[in-house]
Amino acid sequence: MLQNLPIPFLVLSFLTILSALYVVTSKNPVHSVLALIFTFFTISAHYVLLNAQFLAVVNLIVYAGAIMVLFLFVLMLLNLSKESEPLKSNWWGIAAAISAGSLLLIITAAFQVSGEAVAKNPVEGIGLVKVLGKVLFTRFVVPFELTGILFLAAMVGAVLLGKREKAGEALISKEDSNG
Amino acid sequence: MSILNIFNQVEISHYIYLSTVLFCIGLFGVLFRRNAIILLMCIELMLNAVNLLFTAFSTYMGDADGQIFVFFIMVVAAAEAAVGLAILVLVYRNTRKTDVSFLDQLKG
Repeated sequence: MLQNLPIPFLVLSFLTILSALYVVTSKNPVHSVLALIFTFFTISAHYVLLNAQFLAVVNLIVYAGAIMVLFLFVLMLLNLSKESEPLKSNWWGIAAAISAGSLLLIITAAFQVSGEAVAKNPVEGIGLVKVLGKVLFTRFVVPFELTGILFLAAMVGAVLLGKREKAGEALISKEDSNG
Repeated sequence: MSILNIFNQVEISHYIYLSTVLFCIGLFGVLFRRNAIILLMCIELMLNAVNLLFTAFSTYMGDADGQIFVFFIMVVAAAEAAVGLAILVLVYRNTRKTDVSFLDQLKG
């Protein structure tokens, strides 16, 4: 089944899964963030191969460029780069592996039972900015405007939460004097 | 056009399997890890698996709506990451930890 696939797809999928596994298993959070950025790059490459050029660029800019830099900033700010995480017991690992594995099993089994996928051959020219822009600004213009409100709410919330409060300082100083 | 020629050989089922594996890796991370930052990163991983599947279906079915949906998912993920990280910084400021198993104090 895998032998018929083109080499670029196989290599990209392999790299994606490998780096995703490294994100989950790495002890050092900074390594996790870097592996996740690499995963996003490979997913962007998948988008290019799927002829979704706009999404590939947006994925790079938004995820690899903005969100992961935010994660890195918070990581550096909290100084968590050392291996500070206490290990969970093996039971947790076994239970998590069983849960995730059974979900994988069920989804693949359901897909096998449901028979051949409905898909035809890939269609060209869907992922271009011109096509997507036309759809986005005609049929989806109301949700598009609502995302502006969502962003405003998220921004206000983040600024409000990140602001240093008197109560928080009092709590810290009490903790520090106690311990 | 050459890319399309290559990818006539890839069926959408392969993309379904790939994104299922990615999603399950993210789920495993959410269940297994304790560091709240890693938890958020695993959630991003799961969102990306879903995005990949949306894009694959959109391309194979010739419908642009799936890619618009991916765009909206990215927007929501960005907002979620910003607010989640702000909450995380607040938690760290109050407890000096990012361990989620430490956050069981709301238990009655």
